[in-house]
Amino acid sequence: MMKMDKPVGATPLDDNPKGLVGKPLDRIDGPLKVTGKAKYAYEYEQVGDASYGFAVGATIAKGRIVSIDTASAERAPGVIRVLTYRNAAPQDTKSREAVPQLSGDGVKYYGQPVALVLAHTYEQARAASYLIVVRYAEEKGAFRLDEAKDDARTPPDLPYAKTDTDSGDFAAAFAAAPVKHDETYTTPFQEHAAMEPHATSATWQGDKLIVETSNQMPTPGRKSIAATLKIPPESVRVKSAFVGGGFGSKLDVQADAILAALGAKAIGKPVKIALTRQQLFHAVGHRTNTIQRVRIGAAKDGTIQAIAHESWSGNQPGNDEFEPAVLATRSLYAGANRMNHHRLAALDLPPAISMRAPGEAVGLLALEEAMDELAVKLGMDPIALRERNEPKEDPELHVPYSSRKLLECMREGAKRFGWDKRDATPGKVQDGRWLVGIGMSAASRGNMLMKSSAKVRLGADGRVTARLAMTDIGTGSYTVFTQVVADMFGLPMDKITVLLGDSDFPDSAGSGGSFGAASGGSGLYDACMNLRGKLCQVAGTTADKARFADGALFVDGKSRPLGELAGEGGIEADGGIEPGSTKKDYAQHSYGAFFAEVGVDRDTGEIRLRRMLGVFAAGRILNAKTARSQALGGMIFGVGSALTEELVLDDRYGYFVNHDLAEYHVPVNADIQNMDAFFLPELDDKANPLKIKGLGEVGISGAGAAIANAVYNATGVRIRDYPLTLDKVLAGLPT
Amino acid sequence: MSSSDERIFPARRDFLRSSAMVAAATGIAGSAVAYGAANAPDRHAPGTRTTQVRLTVNGQSHTLDVDTRVTLLDALREHIGLTGSKKGCDHGQCGACTVIVEGRRINACLTLAVMHDGESIVTVEGLAGNAALSPMQAAFVRHDGFQCGYCTPGQLCSATAMLEEVRAGMPSVVSADLAATPTLSAGEIRERMSGNICRCSAYPNIVAAIKDAAGVDA
Amino acid sequence: MKAFTYERATSPEAAARAAGAQVNTRYIAGGTNLLDLMKIEVETPVHLVDINRLGLDRVEEGKDGGLKIGALVRNSDLAADPRVRERYPLLSRALLAGASGQLRNKATTGGNLLQRTRCYYFYDTSKPCNKRAPGSGCAAMEGFNRIHAIVGTSTQCIAAHPSDMAVAMRALDAVVHTVSPEGDTRHIPIAELHVLPGNTPQIETVLRPGELITAVTLPPPPKGVQVYRKVRDRASYAFALVSVAAIVDVAGGKIGDVRLAFGGIAPKPWRDEAIEQAIRGVSADDASLRAASAGLFADARGHGHNDFKIALARRTLGAVLAEAVS
Repeated sequence: MMKMDKPVGATPLDDNPKGLVGKPLDRIDGPLKVTGKAKYAYEYEQVGDASYGFAVGATIAKGRIVSIDTASAERAPGVIRVLTYRNAAPQDTKSREAVPQLSGDGVKYYGQPVALVLAHTYEQARAASYLIVVRYAEEKGAFRLDEAKDDARTPPDLPYAKTDTDSGDFAAAFAAAPVKHDETYTTPFQEHAAMEPHATSATWQGDKLIVETSNQMPTPGRKSIAATLKIPPESVRVKSAFVGGGFGSKLDVQADAILAALGAKAIGKPVKIALTRQQLFHAVGHRTNTIQRVRIGAAKDGTIQAIAHESWSGNQPGNDEFEPAVLATRSLYAGANRMNHHRLAALDLPPAISMRAPGEAVGLLALEEAMDELAVKLGMDPIALRERNEPKEDPELHVPYSSRKLLECMREGAKRFGWDKRDATPGKVQDGRWLVGIGMSAASRGNMLMKSSAKVRLGADGRVTARLAMTDIGTGSYTVFTQVVADMFGLPMDKITVLLGDSDFPDSAGSGGSFGAASGGSGLYDACMNLRGKLCQVAGTTADKARFADGALFVDGKSRPLGELAGEGGIEADGGIEPGSTKKDYAQHSYGAFFAEVGVDRDTGEIRLRRMLGVFAAGRILNAKTARSQALGGMIFGVGSALTEELVLDDRYGYFVNHDLAEYHVPVNADIQNMDAFFLPELDDKANPLKIKGLGEVGISGAGAAIANAVYNATGVRIRDYPLTLDKVLAGLPT
Repeated sequence: MSSSDERIFPARRDFLRSSAMVAAATGIAGSAVAYGAANAPDRHAPGTRTTQVRLTVNGQSHTLDVDTRVTLLDALREHIGLTGSKKGCDHGQCGACTVIVEGRRINACLTLAVMHDGESIVTVEGLAGNAALSPMQAAFVRHDGFQCGYCTPGQLCSATAMLEEVRAGMPSVVSADLAATPTLSAGEIRERMSGNICRCSAYPNIVAAIKDAAGVDA
Repeated sequence: MKAFTYERATSPEAAARAAGAQVNTRYIAGGTNLLDLMKIEVETPVHLVDINRLGLDRVEEGKDGGLKIGALVRNSDLAADPRVRERYPLLSRALLAGASGQLRNKATTGGNLLQRTRCYYFYDTSKPCNKRAPGSGCAAMEGFNRIHAIVGTSTQCIAAHPSDMAVAMRALDAVVHTVSPEGDTRHIPIAELHVLPGNTPQIETVLRPGELITAVTLPPPPKGVQVYRKVRDRASYAFALVSVAAIVDVAGGKIGDVRLAFGGIAPKPWRDEAIEQAIRGVSADDASLRAASAGLFADARGHGHNDFKIALARRTLGAVLAEAVS
């Protein structure tokens, strides 16, 4: 087990001109995905193999079930069983990991499953679900963040985010600052809306439960299911070979997995369940809305003297998870006097959970729009303002950055985008009916490393098989890990098999927080190093004298094929990574810059993105093709958060009104015109042995602010209430 | 269902499915697989209306005895075992279920299997014919036109049929001159592909892949 | 979805007879809206009559220089018909602005006319809705009503009609042809097809039980420039917040004959004689037309979240008129 206690020296992945790492290789699972052969959780059984479960969600947000009449449903054609809290197996309700379902008469949020219909077919189960009559004793709930804000509490620190940080004397410095900015920004409830609905197929083999489920993290997933069902973790196997997107909504075990397990146990037969798209909007959680006040005090030359970012978010009573929206503000710009706080309001809504770049995704919408507004006040170019406040070290932690190319990203982006052609005065550029503007913002996303392990095995056939309980949720894990293993042994891609998505494999961090490639990949790197060491031993040499290339181990000009070294029985090695002191000794972030050009219809206020560019530095790039895709995907998520995505609360019912994909508007193809992303070369030897940083989320972190700033440049209308729908623009447009 | 049924049922299903695969692999023209035999009595419980429907899927004939409520999508996924076509929303709001019926792309989730009796359907599993990959599938791989892969079968069926629509001269709302024969451009592709949501947001790569497959530079 | 029986009809008359024979029977054509609603049990027919193979899928020349459109002509085929593109570009544009390529390949002319509102509360059987469950109340009135109507509403219902196609047809004065279970045919001007909610929002059209739309006829295209403009949140695949179908004829530097229909703002494809009257005679220049439009929709009423639609309708109209005369 390798620990990141000091910068990594030279590695076998460095200076490898023949290497595969970094190359823009096609996804190795591509052919499976384009032919429909990649199997997702719901696709392992058909009619007759499994029974179908259909969940029924609560139609109140808070209260108690008074009665459930399941008689008609039970008599309905094809129905095998109806489960409710009255007959579902007892589960653990105490431990943090448990996610009990149907475990009491209490209703804590709208859409909470209150019944499960099990039938021979999907059609039968769905129809019967409508026959169930639930009566509730409804209690008044709190749903509105703006109303609950003043009673918000100071939650405990999160593992990855302190609640409050203060340094210097913000109040005094802000009061004394010659130029002040003080505005409040709001971001709405958002939904992950992964294309694959949460789905599970559960089978009991004696006391052992096997779930095919759409989950980002099989290792913790297994523990969570085991804890919930009060069985040993060894009795649970979580398989997630292909996951149809997650974006945070599949980090935790969700209702579908537990319900399927309960159902399968109850009827002694495999059960599969997919939550409907409409159910998902309540059943699996969302990103909380936020209210964010940003204050920046600056000297006339733009030097920040005081900066404060306060964010209010909501979650269920007793849930300490807050949206860490001020994270980036703590590290992005210099300034001696700082105050960055989170507050958390108790709301009786479904759980607020992590969604792509928790913290930065919405925090930078506020901070980076505020920076633009400050630049306007100062009469400064927005890039110059950021250059002025480039810190020499982390301004709060007072440690060096592990690597940081923010300015280089901005400069490269400005050059590629044609930033110098921008007219800083709003409303100056018109193209037919379109008012045209451009804007920019910085990107920053914290880099993480999590404990993770892996096993690699070299067979007599010279092939290497790697196993780890990691997932590929579209991130490219299968492909980039194959590249890493291939280079570690000097083998071609087709000699490597990477197996993921099975909790029976070595424990892995899973996919989340942009730490997947770094954590899973570093554990794998360590296992490969250990296997290299074993092979050197077999060859009677030491690692410093050996070279792995072309499927062989070279020592002093002599080579031995790897398969031969492996011997008949093959040879295998374990490895792992865990974070060490570099986590504290360095501030670690991925950086980038966004540039956006929008057109705003001068009559209707419709905002259309015309072009957008992202330039990033995120350490070593493992695969230039999949990395670019990740960056583009993040940026387009950012476009959605800027322009269209809003889950609307109806506070009479405590539910989200627009709970489908017709009315929750994620971007479609036509919303994305010219868009591109580039990476600057970088190696981060403090982050992990692969010298990579996270890039699944940096693409969204700040992206929407560039669009908001472009809308201001186009129209002179400054909107601080995301998303920027046309009704908010309309009032400010000329008649 | 009795316990003996539980043991026998899956085995019987496996047999049926494997015979279908053999038939497809050996290219027996017009070979048919009857799924009616696999219908356990429980699926004919009182109140469940079933109808026989014959579908030709990727050249293979299938006769199903299905509940009238079964959508074309669920017939493919849950009855025939062709799970390539995806259910993303089940309401025509995402396009993941797109298949090509009688030459036209439609949302398989918003149509009943019984409505397509006697019709020919091409799903993602059939796009390549006897080849490993169709040009469109290969272009998607080359341009990384997907990430998680869940919307991909729908994107591919949609893109394949969309090009035929353009060839047939069908305009789109972004065609500047409605009366003119449309020419494929990036803008036309984006509009015409907007019925296929990709939350991973591979749109730029999807457009590049389609341009490549169609041999378009614009 | 409740269980139902299914039959495939062989002729329009037979279809109508079959539909008339059993209560709670629905026709199914494209199915894109009906199945959407059946899955969530907003629609619960006990019997479906499949009319897809009735042969009503042709566009034919009318004797008067107009067109006769079979009820089962798919939206994409109608939009692509060379005669429609040439003579009724407004209709082609409206169709192409709707839904997605896949949905347009399935959705039919008759079905599009009868598609039901997208009101969030109508779609949710756990919420009050006078349209879905008469007498249960209207959750939209005091709820989230950003997509709802600003004209033609009642105290019972503020739902908007979602069609694009029907808005263009309203401007074109289309006529809807039907056959009844008894075999009677009638011709209904599109202006009279849809009814306002009043106290019976569950009644949306003048069609009688079992009455089947067989065709839509378009009179010869009126003189003037045709423009369809759809304003929506996304660039594609979204319903209209406001749409305008305009046919504008300019004579002597002034607006002559003008037909203006609106979508997204009313319970039915909306046309208002007073609005057309106000535009007639206005000087055919950008500033005059925008100014004239700015004063319209005086009787429109927002319900909070959709207040912006009043200004949006005025501004969009001004822009469309300006485009038409440019």
